[in-house]
Amino acid sequence: MSLRDETDTVTCQSWRNELRVIFPSAPLAVREALGTTLEGLRHLRLSCDERSTVELVLAEVMNNIVEHAYPDGTSGMIEMRITNDRDGLHCMTIDDGAPMPGGALPYPDPPLPVADAAEGGFGWFLIRELSSDLVYARIDGRNRLEFRLDVGRKLPSC
Amino acid sequence: MDLQILPIDDAIVLRVLASRVDAASAVQFKDAVRDAAHDGPHRVILDMRQVQFLDSSGLGAVIGAMKQLAPKQRLELLGLTPAVAKVFRLTRMEQIFTIHDGTGALDGATALRNDQAHAS
Repeated sequence: MSLRDETDTVTCQSWRNELRVIFPSAPLAVREALGTTLEGLRHLRLSCDERSTVELVLAEVMNNIVEHAYPDGTSGMIEMRITNDRDGLHCMTIDDGAPMPGGALPYPDPPLPVADAAEGGFGWFLIRELSSDLVYARIDGRNRLEFRLDVGRKLPSC
Repeated sequence: MDLQILPIDDAIVLRVLASRVDAASAVQFKDAVRDAAHDGPHRVILDMRQVQFLDSSGLGAVIGAMKQLAPKQRLELLGLTPAVAKVFRLTRMEQIFTIHDGTGALDGATALRNDQAHAS
């Protein structure tokens, strides 16, 4: 099924242990998708700090797709899949926009705290600071980004 | 992006009346601060107490707002909520701003101490 076959609104499915949120590439849709995703994770009872980490990393990943994979208002859909496991939240985004330049993820230097600091370039820095196991792949004309967030660990029961 | 503008003593306080400063609102935010601070006093205090979420675009907009002030003006930040403070801390941008924890820093600004009375 092509992502483009989806409607132009945010849809959310929860199946077994996986949450899927599908939404169009637009800044306001990202906002809505974040709200939907956090609502879908509510049962995990994340702490405020964990919740803010999840919201920030997902926002950065989603905004990168909106700005770079679908540049200049190109229309397209974005899919976010999240599963909860013993080592945290396993997240995956899928889009069929433009590939990552050079086929690799950016690895920016830490920002410099100077008065004429750059106004951008914080996104990938924050994603790398707050996530683990970051993997990018271009598969069948689609971008796939996977990462793990060390929050809401599902502890084995006694 | 709505800002409430409160002139106090030697400063102007710009209260951000939004819960998010993100990719969807960053440009409007930067423009609103520029317009509100234009020809204003040298201290420009951005009251961020209502902002619950700020992403890298929002951070860029705050830095951009600082850089577009007049040379004699300084941007100070007031009341960063935990999620917003985290972004400033991780990126080390907390080092380039004067950040006030509470309204005690605003001498004479009694109006600011009562949120409810002045919320619009």
